[in-house]
Amino acid sequence: MSRRRGDGILPATALFRAELGGPAAGSPDGRDGPGRRAGRHLLSHLAVLEAEAIHIFREAAAVFDRPALLFSGGKDSLLLLRLAEKAFRPGRFPFPVLHVDTGHNFPEVLDFRDRRVAELGEELIVASVQASIDRGRVCEEPGPDPSRNRLQTVTLLDAIAEHGFDALFGGGRRDEEKARAKERIFSHRDAFGQWDPRNQRPELWSLYNGRLRKGEHMRVFPISNWTELDVWQYIAVERLEVPSIYFAHRRTVVRRGGLWLAVSDFIHPRDGEEVATRTVRYRTVGDMSCTGAVFSSARTVDEVIAEVAAARVTERGATRADDAFSEAAMEDRKREGYF
Amino acid sequence: MAILGLAGASPPSHPPHSVSELLRFSTAGSVDDGKSTLIGRLLHDSRAIPEDQLAALERASRRRGCDRIDLALLTDGLRAEREQGITIDVAYRYFATPRRRFIIADVPGHLQYTRNMVTGCSTADLTVVLIDARQGVAEQTRRHAIIAALLGVPHLVGCVNKMDLVDYDEDVFTAIRDEFGDFAGRLGVADVACIPVSALHGDNVVHRSVATPWYEGPALLEHLEAVELESTRDLVRRRFPVQWIIRGSPALDPRYRAYAGRVEGGIFRPGDEVVALPCGIRTRIRSIDTYDGALGEAFPPLSVAIRLDDELDLGRGGMLVGPDDVPEPRHELDALVCWLGQAPIASGARYLLQHTTRTVRAVVTEIVQRLDINTLVLDPSASALGLNEVGRVRLRLAEPIFPDAYRINRATGAAILIDETTNATVGAVLVTAEGDGWPR
Repeated sequence: MSRRRGDGILPATALFRAELGGPAAGSPDGRDGPGRRAGRHLLSHLAVLEAEAIHIFREAAAVFDRPALLFSGGKDSLLLLRLAEKAFRPGRFPFPVLHVDTGHNFPEVLDFRDRRVAELGEELIVASVQASIDRGRVCEEPGPDPSRNRLQTVTLLDAIAEHGFDALFGGGRRDEEKARAKERIFSHRDAFGQWDPRNQRPELWSLYNGRLRKGEHMRVFPISNWTELDVWQYIAVERLEVPSIYFAHRRTVVRRGGLWLAVSDFIHPRDGEEVATRTVRYRTVGDMSCTGAVFSSARTVDEVIAEVAAARVTERGATRADDAFSEAAMEDRKREGYF
Repeated sequence: MAILGLAGASPPSHPPHSVSELLRFSTAGSVDDGKSTLIGRLLHDSRAIPEDQLAALERASRRRGCDRIDLALLTDGLRAEREQGITIDVAYRYFATPRRRFIIADVPGHLQYTRNMVTGCSTADLTVVLIDARQGVAEQTRRHAIIAALLGVPHLVGCVNKMDLVDYDEDVFTAIRDEFGDFAGRLGVADVACIPVSALHGDNVVHRSVATPWYEGPALLEHLEAVELESTRDLVRRRFPVQWIIRGSPALDPRYRAYAGRVEGGIFRPGDEVVALPCGIRTRIRSIDTYDGALGEAFPPLSVAIRLDDELDLGRGGMLVGPDDVPEPRHELDALVCWLGQAPIASGARYLLQHTTRTVRAVVTEIVQRLDINTLVLDPSASALGLNEVGRVRLRLAEPIFPDAYRINRATGAAILIDETTNATVGAVLVTAEGDGWPR
């Protein structure tokens, strides 16, 4: 798929290689070629991260029989789609796109998902948490305004079994959370979908070991080494469209569990809770029932970049009720097979 | 051609913060050396620890009875690590300054030491070795330096920590600096630096310290920002292992066919003559494609797709190379092996060997020597290598591979061994060659 031309979109690789200054000469042993201006063959950090992600995508596509790309509608999975285009176009993606639909999504995000997948002309598989509940595979959590965050692990693992997926691309990043900081790029899951953080395969150079036994699968994280700021810078360079809820908008929110949750069909204010209409945006996109908004006036990608660059709280810390359970909440959910 | 285009587009204007370099470094040292404190200090003083993490640190520190923030807790990510007060695994940390983006591979000091160190150093441009000013260059310091040197890390930094506990004594530092520099120099490390620091108090970590007026060099962060980045690539010998064949989809470009991969050595240009391995056929590069358009040249570590003038029998596991520097097919491999498996490696054992995009069966024909990584002494009587041991090993391969010496190219000189029964990655393989300076 070619990019539209003449509309001012710039070739990213050219941009990345733009005058990086750098030290004057090649190394003394002549490895870089004598007389060559070293600066010419330097790459920006985004170009290096992009090249690494493309390499990971192609490795996984080559060694696994039936991969799928986990797509949430969030910026990280949108980034994955762009990187997959970079890895495989003008061919088709050698995998479908898989969305685990909790039924608690932001409507803006679902619209966006459908439009983006249609533009790409790729296959979309939707695995529904509601269907898992209807089939009796899981039960809705008791009490008002239940979160379906934990339930989606079952739906995900059922989808893996049903479709025979042996690898799932995910948008996880190591800067997000401390258990993720130790996770491999090819991250092994046993036949029960579980991660064993104490028994991970050593991952050396960029040689990824994709060997599996029957029933096991791999989670593959092409953007492991990206930070939130890198993601936004790349969105800027690539002029990637992201759902509108990432930018400042007016919304009625309720203070609960230290977060500002959107008042919606899934979140009903209770007596004594503070309700306000504020200008907010989202730093992450998860369920409406557990993703908090941040107060922000950032209406453009550049304004978001400025905000993220100055941010003093991690994106998960600012916005996720699901990680606030305990010091090891993410690790525990990952062990069970979560994203 | 579908993914071409945009030639002649006007020069881009830079969006804010978009262009900086990436430096990957590993840190070696035990908890006692203050490594975690150093990393915590580096992140804290460069304002890379977000407030919620800092608040969590404060809570955790208080629970453990500390009256100030224990920066070391920042690096213990797993439940078992916090429960046992040990660090198990390599952790990756990220921070940035206006000039560079940094990836730290934080290597724990105790358990699985060699395995973690080898992992962390395999992708590092630089290794920071912690040295306790009171202990001087200890056995452990030598071991850290040796592993970094074996793994081909071009820059080594000795951080002489706990200078506050030796009253910032210049003579203490100078003696350590000379000994460390001499030792690392003999290992063949291209660039060695030594910095007096106190991680606890922040001296010479991010900012130069007034406590060491006799020291005229840079603070650690300044050094990390300034160190030259170019020396880990081979820009001479052209190497392009094929990962994947891109076939254009019927809707987009049905006749398109290209070899996708990452440039692992040299500089490729359209029109260049290349040799396809293993078939040995010569052809020319028609174009070097990316999603963003065709490139005039491609160099490491760019991921591209190459179209050739001729249709070849070339697939994943094949490689395009320059005609003047074709690597030899190797059925036998002489290699340095860092052993990461629970069960020892011995003659007759069989494994899968994964080299670039090619995986072949391998059998161990000889354990030549075990290398004592504390002393660099070679033991020719060894018949096996146990977990975390390093040695020279001879392997016979079921099909040839086309490696370079690891000293020449870290990507095409490296391989891993996989145990077929457990699928575990059990060995790190560094291909050696005559006269490459490694002990023999």
